[in-house]
Amino acid sequence: MNMRSVTVESSIHARTLKVRDRVIGGVLIFFALLVYLAFAAAAAPETSSTFIMSRGGVVRGAMGDVVLPSRVVLTVVSVFLAVLGVALFAVGSRGRSGLFLLIGGAGLVFSFLVFVSFDKRINFASLFNSALTMSVPISLGALSGILCERSGITNIAVEGFMLVAAMVGSIVGSVTKNIWAGLLAAMAASCLLSLVHSWLSIRYKVNQVISGTVINIFSLGLTSYISSMYLQNIQALNKTPRFPTVSIPVLADIPFFGPVFFNNSLFVFGMIILVLIFNFLLFRTRWGLRLRAVGEHPKAADTLGVDVFKTRYVAVLLSGLIAGIGGAYFSLGSVGRFDEGMTAGKGFISLAAMIFGGWNPIPSFLAGVLFGFADALASAVSILGSPIPGQFINMLPYVITMVVLGGVVGKGVTGPASAGIPYEKE
Amino acid sequence: MNDPKELKPNENGKPAPGNVFLNESGRKTDKKEGWPRRIWSAVQIPVLAILSGLLLGAVFIVVTSANVYSAFGTGFGAGVREAFSTIASAYGALFEGAFGSPARIAEALRTGEKIERAFKPLFQSFVETTPYIFTGLALALGFRAGVFNIGGEGQIYIGAVLATLVGTTDLGIPPALHVLAAILLGVLGGAFWGFVPGWLKANAGSHEVINTIMMNYIALRLVEFLLTGPMTKAGSGGMPTSNNILDSARIPLVFPRPLTLHWGFFVAIAVAILAWFILFKTKWGFNLQIAGANKHAAKYAGLNVNVWMVLGMTLSGALAGLCGSVQVLGVTYSMGLGVSSGYGFDAISLALLANNNPLGCVLAALLFGFLKTGSRAMMSRTGIPLDIVSIIQAFILVFIAAPAIIRTVFRLRDESKGDSKVVSLSGLGGN
Repeated sequence: MNMRSVTVESSIHARTLKVRDRVIGGVLIFFALLVYLAFAAAAAPETSSTFIMSRGGVVRGAMGDVVLPSRVVLTVVSVFLAVLGVALFAVGSRGRSGLFLLIGGAGLVFSFLVFVSFDKRINFASLFNSALTMSVPISLGALSGILCERSGITNIAVEGFMLVAAMVGSIVGSVTKNIWAGLLAAMAASCLLSLVHSWLSIRYKVNQVISGTVINIFSLGLTSYISSMYLQNIQALNKTPRFPTVSIPVLADIPFFGPVFFNNSLFVFGMIILVLIFNFLLFRTRWGLRLRAVGEHPKAADTLGVDVFKTRYVAVLLSGLIAGIGGAYFSLGSVGRFDEGMTAGKGFISLAAMIFGGWNPIPSFLAGVLFGFADALASAVSILGSPIPGQFINMLPYVITMVVLGGVVGKGVTGPASAGIPYEKE
Repeated sequence: MNDPKELKPNENGKPAPGNVFLNESGRKTDKKEGWPRRIWSAVQIPVLAILSGLLLGAVFIVVTSANVYSAFGTGFGAGVREAFSTIASAYGALFEGAFGSPARIAEALRTGEKIERAFKPLFQSFVETTPYIFTGLALALGFRAGVFNIGGEGQIYIGAVLATLVGTTDLGIPPALHVLAAILLGVLGGAFWGFVPGWLKANAGSHEVINTIMMNYIALRLVEFLLTGPMTKAGSGGMPTSNNILDSARIPLVFPRPLTLHWGFFVAIAVAILAWFILFKTKWGFNLQIAGANKHAAKYAGLNVNVWMVLGMTLSGALAGLCGSVQVLGVTYSMGLGVSSGYGFDAISLALLANNNPLGCVLAALLFGFLKTGSRAMMSRTGIPLDIVSIIQAFILVFIAAPAIIRTVFRLRDESKGDSKVVSLSGLGGN
């Protein structure tokens, strides 16, 4: 922010807020109409939607199915959204329009779930649980990207980091039969790649997008090469034990929430802990302040005695380690083997989550869960069969990211000011 | 101001932060030097990068070969011999697969028999070169206009699927028009897919790298939906494909089968020459480059930088769309999810290898196309996976992007000082 006159700034700010309220109010009213006309009107009076509230095979915290009268529920949601929208228009949100948008989005998604399960059963617990599970690589990738970019190094190589980590994790896990050895090896491999990235971008001042592209091309080539040369033929190299599912005492017995949140792969808990740790490190410690300073204004940081190069090296290597955990999830956490191209663009979608979360760990994690939810929803919908094909739901995260980045709704998001610019010491 | 050769984006020759340096093709080196030396200084980095890439590829093949390890088990000499014979057989197969067997070609030329068989690999290489020329040009043009179009992949998909849509529909028009209509729609689709991120960059300030990546996936999902739904061929459940392109919409072959060379290859060359002419011989191309090289200078010269940027992105997308259309109409004759094997990404290394020069793109595309055809033969003969080509390309890209590594390794004098070409690219977050 520039040192502009505070009053001018705040009056402009107030005006944009008002416009924002109106826009979001309009969006909510649109949602309400959509829910009523497209969903509620399609339900016969006796149609019901069944939500299964327990995960198959999970005994603790089991709960009976919930049967909803579709038409009534949808009408109520629609009226609720309309009231919210009108309130935004008339009264305003006092700067909390984001919250309203969130509620509106949730209402729309909920209505959609009710709609696709007309006279059918949809497993609500599994849906939320797989959203959380599927968010592991996305959130960890986003965290990896955040660390890197907050220090001023653009990182589009997360995909490559994760792919190599997934392969190395699978090989080492299979050979040693030890999941922890697999995880460490995956982290080490990814860290090695991030060393190359840091070396190219910091020492050789290579354009960081190109450096990332090199790593992505190399990783895809390397893993496909090793996979078709060895892993597809030799079972002993590609059959790793997986990380166990852990249930947290007491909490796992809570109906619905227990099976969804507290009975999960270790990766899920690890992800949440890492996000909290790095949120603390980035925003509450001297190290984090320096790292962010280096990403925003390296020259100023340098003048104050911060070693820009060292800070950036450390950040990129840490980013590699975290992406390594995210990559290990694919083989060690999910399927227990490595398949060619198994990251399937999750590294790129994690960049989307990073942007969506405004380069902040916790919001980016939530964005990751949202994107994971889109994945889970798309597969659930394709099983149930719905007029909206799964591919369009899969598309949503990408579209939303472009919308957020472009500032179509509210202010456009901008990242660290010096990301992508090599630093030259004078 | 009107002579493109005077284009000097960076007056003081000092690197501006956030920029990539690609050495200029030796135009401004010392006048006293003879032309062989000047040519050498222009091509030394690309040539050495390619050689180093091939060398490292060879090392990679040896390091991952189980046979070599077991040979080293019996003795050091045996190991070394096995290592060299592995490389020789791999690269030998690569060479024969790309150019055809020299013995067979000589035999065919002498006797006039089996000509098709002798020349098949060579012409197949030209077929594989074609998409690389188009996408390489797409990237190069984008770089010249100051945008990084990493969305070639998505633009290819959109171009291909739209060309398929036209190509599988019986329009009742003459074959030549049918082909043109299919290509035109494909080009328009690609152009639109490039225009959107360009427009967003100009008007909302959001970075085109992220937006093009997002649009790659949107395109992929869209095509997935079309191929499993409305455009699917009955009975192609597992691997969704479209119906076959009608005969009237196929790009004709140059020679009768089994030679697969189609006229798209010559279209690609023509487009490259046209792009070269426009970029370097017209005011229009000069403006595009100025807008890409130095925003401030361009503004000062009265150019609307945003317009040129959007135009560059749109043209780039159009070329990638053309690539997709030609692949479908000239090579595969139906649309599948594998229509692009990463051309959009490979083109990044290609364009940089060519120093963003359209004619250089043709040469670089020939290299990539021949490598690709050769790698297929290598895989079937020696069992070495064709992914080695990606690894080699990654190495080449590293050396092109960081010429300092090449200079250090080969102890070259840094001749780029003061005449570096700038591709302006800032980070993802900023504008």
